[in-house]
Amino acid sequence: MERPLTKNIHPGRPPLNLKDYEMTGGYSALRKIMAGMSPKDVQQAVQDSNLKGRGGAGFNTGMKWSFVPMDEKGGPTKYLIANADEMEPGTFKDRLLLEGNPHQLIEGMIIAAYAIQANISYIFLRWAYKAAAKCLEESIHEAYHAGYLGENILGTGYRLEMYLHTGAGRYMCGEETALLNALEGKRAMPRAKPPFPQVSGLFGKPTIVNNVETLCCIPHIINNGAEWFKSLSYSEDGGTKLYGVSGKVNKPGAWELPMGVTMRELIEEYAGGMKNGYQLKGVLPGGASTDFLTVQHLDLKMDFKSVAAAGSRLGTGTMIVMDDATCPVGFVHNLQHFFAQESCGWCTPCREGLPWVEKLLLSLEKGTGTEEDIDLLQQHTQWLGPGNTFCALAPGAMEPLQSALKYFRDDFDRHVKEKKCPYHHNHH
Amino acid sequence: MPTIIIDNIPYQVKAGSNLLEACLGVGIDLPYFCWHPALGSVGACRQCAVKVFKDEQDNSGRLVMSCMEAIKDGIRISVQDKGAKAFREQVIEWLMTNHPHDCPVCDEGGSCHLQDMTVMTGHDYRRFKYKKRTYVNQYLGPLVHHEMNRCIQCYRCVRYYRDYAGGHDLNVFGAHNHVYFGREKDGILESPFSGNLAEVCPTGVFTDKTLKQHYTRKWDLTSAPSVCQQCSVGCNILAGERYGQLRNVLNRYHSEVNGYFICDRGRFGYEHVNNVNRIRQPIIRNLTVEAVDETTLLTHLQQVINNRNLIGIGSPRASVESNYSLMHLVGKENYYSGISEDATFIERKIVDILENGGIHTPSLKEIENADAVIVLGEDIWNTAPVMALSVRQSVMKTAAREAMTQISTPAWNDAAVRERVQEDRGYFANLAITESPVDEWSTHTYHSVPDNIARLAFAIASKLRPELPLPEGMPEADLQLAERVAGALENAKHVVVISGSGPGSETLVRAAYNIARAVQEKGKTAGLAFVLPESNSMGAAMMKAPSFDKALQRIRKENNTTVIILENDLYRYNSTTDVDQFLDTCKSIIAIDSLNTLTTGKAHVLVPAATFAESDGTSINYEGRAQHYYQVFMPANPCIKESWKWLWKMKSLMAGSANGQEHHPDEILKQIESSYPQFTGISASAAPADFRIYGQLLPREPHRYSGRTAMLANIGVSEPKPLDDGDSPFTFTMEGYQGLPPAPLIPFYWRPGWNSVQALNKYQQEIGGPLRGGDPGIRLFDRNDKVASWWFNDTPEAFAGRTGKWLLLPQYHVFGSAEMSRWSAALDFLTPQPCISISQQDAAQLGVSEGHMLTIETDKERFSLPVAVRSDLVQGVVLAPAGFQSIPSLAWGTWIKIMA
Repeated sequence: MERPLTKNIHPGRPPLNLKDYEMTGGYSALRKIMAGMSPKDVQQAVQDSNLKGRGGAGFNTGMKWSFVPMDEKGGPTKYLIANADEMEPGTFKDRLLLEGNPHQLIEGMIIAAYAIQANISYIFLRWAYKAAAKCLEESIHEAYHAGYLGENILGTGYRLEMYLHTGAGRYMCGEETALLNALEGKRAMPRAKPPFPQVSGLFGKPTIVNNVETLCCIPHIINNGAEWFKSLSYSEDGGTKLYGVSGKVNKPGAWELPMGVTMRELIEEYAGGMKNGYQLKGVLPGGASTDFLTVQHLDLKMDFKSVAAAGSRLGTGTMIVMDDATCPVGFVHNLQHFFAQESCGWCTPCREGLPWVEKLLLSLEKGTGTEEDIDLLQQHTQWLGPGNTFCALAPGAMEPLQSALKYFRDDFDRHVKEKKCPYHHNHH
Repeated sequence: MPTIIIDNIPYQVKAGSNLLEACLGVGIDLPYFCWHPALGSVGACRQCAVKVFKDEQDNSGRLVMSCMEAIKDGIRISVQDKGAKAFREQVIEWLMTNHPHDCPVCDEGGSCHLQDMTVMTGHDYRRFKYKKRTYVNQYLGPLVHHEMNRCIQCYRCVRYYRDYAGGHDLNVFGAHNHVYFGREKDGILESPFSGNLAEVCPTGVFTDKTLKQHYTRKWDLTSAPSVCQQCSVGCNILAGERYGQLRNVLNRYHSEVNGYFICDRGRFGYEHVNNVNRIRQPIIRNLTVEAVDETTLLTHLQQVINNRNLIGIGSPRASVESNYSLMHLVGKENYYSGISEDATFIERKIVDILENGGIHTPSLKEIENADAVIVLGEDIWNTAPVMALSVRQSVMKTAAREAMTQISTPAWNDAAVRERVQEDRGYFANLAITESPVDEWSTHTYHSVPDNIARLAFAIASKLRPELPLPEGMPEADLQLAERVAGALENAKHVVVISGSGPGSETLVRAAYNIARAVQEKGKTAGLAFVLPESNSMGAAMMKAPSFDKALQRIRKENNTTVIILENDLYRYNSTTDVDQFLDTCKSIIAIDSLNTLTTGKAHVLVPAATFAESDGTSINYEGRAQHYYQVFMPANPCIKESWKWLWKMKSLMAGSANGQEHHPDEILKQIESSYPQFTGISASAAPADFRIYGQLLPREPHRYSGRTAMLANIGVSEPKPLDDGDSPFTFTMEGYQGLPPAPLIPFYWRPGWNSVQALNKYQQEIGGPLRGGDPGIRLFDRNDKVASWWFNDTPEAFAGRTGKWLLLPQYHVFGSAEMSRWSAALDFLTPQPCISISQQDAAQLGVSEGHMLTIETDKERFSLPVAVRSDLVQGVVLAPAGFQSIPSLAWGTWIKIMA
């Protein structure tokens, strides 16, 4: 089983420096494209590989690049941005890549930038990833020194500048258009689409924003070809995927596995099964903003299409396992507290609706909730749905709530009937 | 025109608009908050949701925000769809979770967009059972009151204040459900356009603080369409009265002039109407009891008017009707303008150019749509603020047009356009005496004395048209700048040149003409606008009466002269010694005015004049647009009358009768047309006094006007007969024609379901377009399309300092330089302390620093003020405050002495 993204990452050991990276074949993909691939060739190779965006939306990466105007209409300035603002609760896969093999990201970014002919690139990094910031800074410096970045890359005349930008710590910045606003020094509010960032992005110029894991796949696709990349997968989506499991499992962690392993394999084999005395009650398969799945879904293939068909989303591929001793109402309340706090305050449903949802859940937890409160929660899952709000934050927030109401409705009702949280004695 | 199908009914709508504009445009009530016709769409509030259907088979549809959805031919949408209605109701419920239930004590109540939209969506019972979030309010100065708890986070305030008006000190802070709109800390709002926040805010966060001093609900106001009297732009306003006091001024939409916004001088400068300094009673000086009744006054006037040499002095702030009536009373040969010879010379040149120069003079809308603007000398920020706001729109719109084509985004998609535009701006060159906030938007700025600005302007014209003379000895830097400006004008399609009488330089006026004409000769659309000092300066100048100096020369040779001074404080426009001499020489001085001034202080007879709010009258703005304003209320004392009414009474006295024929304004305007061909067409600006709709008058009061039977109950229990001014189609009651009034006769905005100013949508032909039936006002210069044969070829010498002398130039202040607005306490508070400004080099030479007292000595005046040292002035120049009450009228461009 191949693990192209993580085979050279050894937790606990320092990250690969430039020399180490080159020893493992690093920057050979960059040399390859510079030796004779046109930007269009690169775009095509990535499109053919069926690489889908690893930030959660799962859109074909090569296709996304193809929307960048490559003629004069695109103008002289374009940007390539790595979205390293990993703030989805339960998600820590990009951190592994950033801290373990920073040059892999840098090489992927240079290739991606070349594919859209961008001359300026940014890494937008979550503020709390201090260790990643340090090694990225050093690695960018090394790459400049080695001629992989800067004025005349590998003597081809292609130019690319790369900057590390650390955010101020808002979940919203993970949304690509809010990230752009934040990078411009504005409030981290999302933008309406169209126009899409590919046409009018950072500073109003054509821009591609890709997730860290997505970009890390690029050098391997270039080196080994689209067919190889597709062959890594158990599903129609190309490549491997970094999966993660957290919760009351024996071995929480993150693993690079073929795209489409089953949830059962992940939890039972890789995460070592549930801790003694705990039963699996529900799973958020791809971070806090995805719908719960339950025991019945254990044999589900973890790829974009299969998870969607089961009523959830693969999201970031890093799952949170909820056990039977944890109150689903309290669990969801905790999430809604996060989402309400991270709402940017731009559109009414999110700004006013999420705090209401949070308060309703808290009153249920306190034992003062009513049947009407559950109805209101149910209504909010519809009112805050996609299209009703300005961006995907509130619809994402509603996913765990709506599925909790679907799968764990009894727990909600018991809070009302018993006028207390029935799990309370289990809280440690 | 595309057709769209709304709830199964096809409508023709304007191409390029969005669904919300289309729905509102065809009269459908669709609630909204964050969208504003002047600010565009951003999709924040989610209030305007409608359903869009894929095709005829699609029954479920997709919920979209109508403000963010472009019109497509044949698109099927539903406003009445159950899901869409329920969502809109839900949005209100969300907004109401934190909105205080303080409507009864909120200033916005009764004219609140949030109230209207709440009722429109049908939201009633509250399901949110938790505490509301609260905020601390801020002190924002004397004009705007802040009450943040009422905020519904529509973001309009910051979008207006920052994006539209270019302000910096109002912003949005915080996040999630604790977003805060205010300043970084308490303090006076810096923008002179801050009052518009009260109209932009859909609820009571920002309200008119001056209204608060004498608060009245909208439905209790008696209002009429009026015209701002605070500068020569002539913004259309609505003025409201109750209990004999003028209570507030609101913007009155005019698509060609002020659009949706006015400046703070216009909005808050109305309180002279209520001031204790008003002349409320006829006064005959040196009687035992000076205040007299009308009969005594008329008897006395008969003596001093008849059998005397009678001369009249007109006024740039009095109406066309009043100026004409004075001229008619005294005879053309005895009628003088009342302003100095220097100012008359410049204004005469301006009128000559506008009448005969063959260059179009643009409306504010046309300035906004220009793709290159050049200002020569005039400090528009301080002398014509709303024109400055239009110049800002020009630079923004030009950049936006460019961006829109690049990314195929419609103009209404505000955030997307701004994102693309970034810091790009259209072309704007500000060539002015001093720095001003408009410099921030300009491509090129140049600060110097008027002669040097004129030289640069002549050089620009010469670059555009090499036959024109290039001033000699131009510094290389100036020549390069001229080259760059000319290049930018060459690249433009629609150029506007703005100058004015403010700097006191006729040379600048000529230079401005050369540029505009040179641009026009190149086949471009050229506009030439001149700012004048007062609301009716243009009307007065168009009468081409001799100056005050001519009156003074004449009176020196005459005796037994009675002078009638019409609404004019001669000391504002002429030197103290000249006015003193003039007034001392007159045998009798009759002053007709509304406020006591230095001039009325020397008059023998004071005739109380009505202010604009108590008058029907016409003023002519900078573009030659005659605009009629209507009486808002009748003064309690019938002795207070429009000046033109008094003058017609005096005319009767001359004929030997105390009760002559009454003349209505429209009749006077007709007479003006026959006396002065340059005013042809002006009578159409006023509705005939006998104009009726279905036999009905138009009510000045909304149908919800309250207290009519009670408000005078302390005087008598029977309801008095409604007043009747007889001069206009308006009545002082709530009864009358309740339909949509004609565009020039809109006394207030109200349509069923729309109590706030947003009702305006119902009065427009299309959203953001002209009013139904066409915008009011008659442009008087448009009749002339002949092209003059002249160019101006004499260029001035370069400025050179003189030993021991300084060139005196004006510093205007938006608050302080206008005569009437200083009687508003709030604006008086904002007026800066007057000072004399000199350059750093001169300060060093004179050995003075900031705050030292300096004395200025001109030929005729001498006064002392603290000094301000500035970096934007050249050596050898001194700036004195223009138009300040405490400072005598000064002759700009003359050489004066300074004593430390």
